[in-house]
This record gives sequence, C-alpha cells and structure tokens, in this order.
Amino acid sequence: MSIVDRLNQSLRKIPTWTIYIVGTAWVVWLFYLAATNRMGPEPINALEREYGELGLKLIVLGLMVTPLRKFTGLNLMKFRRAIGVTAFFVVLAHFLVWALLDVGTIGRGWTEIVKRPYVTVGMASFVMLIPLALTSNNLSIRKLGGATWRKLHKLTYPVALFAVVHYLWLVKGFQIEPFVYLILVIVLLALRQSLPNWRATSAKRTA
Amino acid sequence: MAYRWKNDLSLADITPKSVYLNRRQILAGTAGLGAIGLAGGAQAQDALEPNTLEEIRSYNNYYEFGTGKEDPAQNAHNLDTSDWSVKVDGLVDNPGDYALADLLDGLSVEERIYRFRCVEAWSMVVPWNGIELADILSKVGVQETAKYVAFETVVQPDNMIGVQRRVLDFPYVEGLRLDEAMHPLTIMATGLYDEPLANQNGAPIRLVVPWKYGFKSIKSIVRITLTDQEPPTSWNKANAREYGFYSNVNPTVDHPRWSQATERLIGGGLFAGRQDTLMFNGYPEVASLYEGMDLSVDI
Repeated sequence: MSIVDRLNQSLRKIPTWTIYIVGTAWVVWLFYLAATNRMGPEPINALEREYGELGLKLIVLGLMVTPLRKFTGLNLMKFRRAIGVTAFFVVLAHFLVWALLDVGTIGRGWTEIVKRPYVTVGMASFVMLIPLALTSNNLSIRKLGGATWRKLHKLTYPVALFAVVHYLWLVKGFQIEPFVYLILVIVLLALRQSLPNWRATSAKRTA
Repeated sequence: MAYRWKNDLSLADITPKSVYLNRRQILAGTAGLGAIGLAGGAQAQDALEPNTLEEIRSYNNYYEFGTGKEDPAQNAHNLDTSDWSVKVDGLVDNPGDYALADLLDGLSVEERIYRFRCVEAWSMVVPWNGIELADILSKVGVQETAKYVAFETVVQPDNMIGVQRRVLDFPYVEGLRLDEAMHPLTIMATGLYDEPLANQNGAPIRLVVPWKYGFKSIKSIVRITLTDQEPPTSWNKANAREYGFYSNVNPTVDHPRWSQATERLIGGGLFAGRQDTLMFNGYPEVASLYEGMDLSVDI
C-alpha cells in the first residue's frame, strides 16, 4: 500500500470535529498567551497578527484540498467544510481583536474601514466569508441546489486573494512572507482554472 | 553638562532597577503596586513611567537583524562593536576616523527620559543616557556652509542576517537639518537605564530625536557627514510618499496606510487600548524650528 493510501486510511478514522476542537483550542491558547503577557511586550498587535496569519493559513489549506486530491491522491475532502468554517471563526477573532482591543471605538473602526485600503480589503474578505460560513451545512446545499451552492462558494477565491492583498498592503518595506502567500494563492487558483481540462484529458486517456 | 534643555521628567520618575528588573513579579502582588506608586510619583498618572529594560530590549525595529519585532533581540548578539570608530567628514574643521572614546572624550553624559514614538503607531518611554549631538558637532567644528547632518549605520553582512534580504537599501542612512541636529533635545545615546546600549537598541552609539518617528533615530552609527544638501534617508528612498525627510510626530497627518492620531503604549497589556498621540510627540518646544512650513506637505 502506498504512503498516500495509508495516509488516507488513517485520515478516514479521524472525526471531522477534531478540526473544530483543535481550532478553538488554538484560538483560546493564543488569547491566553496574549492576555498573560506571554506574547511579547505588545500583545494587541501580536495577537491580531497571529489570528490573521492563522486565518490565512486555513483559507490556503482549504484551497489546497482539491488540488491535493487531484495531483497526489491525498483525500482531505471530508475535512474541507470544517477547515473553512474554522477559518471563518479565526478571521472573526482577528476582526474582534482589531475592533475591540485595537481601534476600540466604532467611530474609529468605521473611519479605518473607509479610509485605509488595506483595512477595506481585509474587511471585504471577512464579509465574503460570512455567507460561506452560514451556508456550510447540508440543509443549505439542499435548499440552494448543488450548482448555486458551488457558485456561491467560489467566493473563496476572492476571499483568499483579498486576504493576501490585505497582508501585502500592511507590511513595511519588501518582506518575504506575504509574497509567499501571494504566490501560493495564485498557484492554487491557477491550478483550479486548469483542473476541468486536466480531468477531461486524463479521463480521455484512461478511456 | 550643557543644561540647555530642562527635563520634565525627573530621577523620581525612573523605575528603580530592582523594580524594573522584575516588575512583572512585583505587579502580581499588592505590595508591589505600592512600590510602583512610590517610584512613579506624580507622573505615574500621566503614564510616563519608563518601560522596563526587558521591554525596551525585546521589542525593536532593526531591519538589519530581521523584520520581526523579536528578531533584533535574537540576532543582534553577532554585531561586533569592539574597536568602534566613527568617520566624521564633509563640511567640518576636524574630519577623521574617531575612536568612539575619543569622539566622546570630555563630553558629559546626561539622563534623558524621552517618549519614543514609532511610525507604526506604538510608543515607549525610554530613560536614555546620552550626549547632546550639539556638543559632538561643536567638538568636530561645523563649517558655516553646512546645512545638514547625514548619518550612516554600520554594515556587517556576516553578522547581520537581515542585510542580505535587502528589505531596505543598506547601509541604513538618516539625516537632520543642522538646526534640528543642534537642538538640545537631540542626543547621541550610548546607554539606557545606566547600562550600555544592547546591540538591538543600536550599540554602541545611536541618535535619539524624540519629536520624530523612531526610524529617524538611526542606530549603530559609523559615519557622520556635514553637508549643504538634504541627505538621502533610507525609508524615504524606499517609499517617499509614506516617509518624508522630516517625519515629525504629527497626530494630524496620517501615514497613507494608517492613522497617526493614536498610539499603543508598549507594556500596557492586551486590554490597554490606545492613547492620543501628541504633536511633536509632546515636545512643543521644537515647533519654532518649523515656522512657516506646511507640516502636512513637508512630512
């Protein structure tokens, strides 16, 4: 049995709620570190960044599920919803730290959203995540119909792009990390564009 | 001692060494809160209590050692500060390569408790030990035609892991107008809390201009040049729209990407929120330097 098969077999045994538990525990743990001054002398910004990066990582991981299965056979499909919903809650935590602990007042927050393009873009990414989180259940798939639901969930692509632009836009000088995420997201989105063809040609080949 | 500038913070405002070295533990107990109250005195309400040595040494921007705030503390130990010399050139009477001790010989070190405001909208209060830049400039003899002072940070590529990453065009360079450089608030710091500067704080000698954003206060200086032209400055070269030559702390002029009206005071913890940023970082005595200038244009 190949490594991928063995991995898939053990992954099948892991219940999906593990993702929610680990995600929640991670968010709470980071908050605990920040609240008890274990995240450096400036915990507000540190926590904001930790949540922001974790959210982005989960969004990227969610985007990797399909290409991973297509190209390596590794099947994470059953975790995809949990990854996406967890990403939403982490981004929500990121937003709440920014709104409540950083800018502090609604007036200041609104000014920032309107006036600062990097905040506007981040906010847009967050807002687009809301319908995705709300419809991440079987009832919604049934009500919307598979085609409409899939269309709606293509919002994941602008969500990822906007999140990376948000990151790129806020750092000072030329820094590597946001560019790594940008390239990752572009590659993952490009792979999607070519996936239907790839599948069609490989289907033809096997036929 | 020159005494051209009067400190509005006194020795009583400094947290005693025994307290700052373990403020965290002391804060955990009520007995400690009493001690802080005594040490802080009247200024404590104004939140002008200096940050702890640990805070000042662990939260830094020094891109030659990486872009993370913890990177300088982790990586700066490799910096070689032995046999430090400072090249003084340009429009001066006594140019040359000065051994650091020779450059500072005969000049008095003063304690200056300054607010320190980063362009990223965080701030600290730092008890510097330093020498007025004016004293150093008088010593080397500034010629009449000089209008600006340019500074340069050391480059030790093997010891500074951030240099190869080229986040900025190194060596880091900064500059001041001569009248800014001669202002009694402007110092060259060699220590803080009566200890030599840690490498990540800009050892062995750095500029401190308390009414300007922190990046103007260039670290680990190896060259001082007097010139009649406005010298290039690193962040201005990287992004002129965002970082002007003057870069005075100004709550009414926002950074293009974020507000400068408020700041997060380091050490307040997760729930401290923001405080208002003061014009010229709370040093209104420098306002006369900029009379007739539109500070929303000459950023």
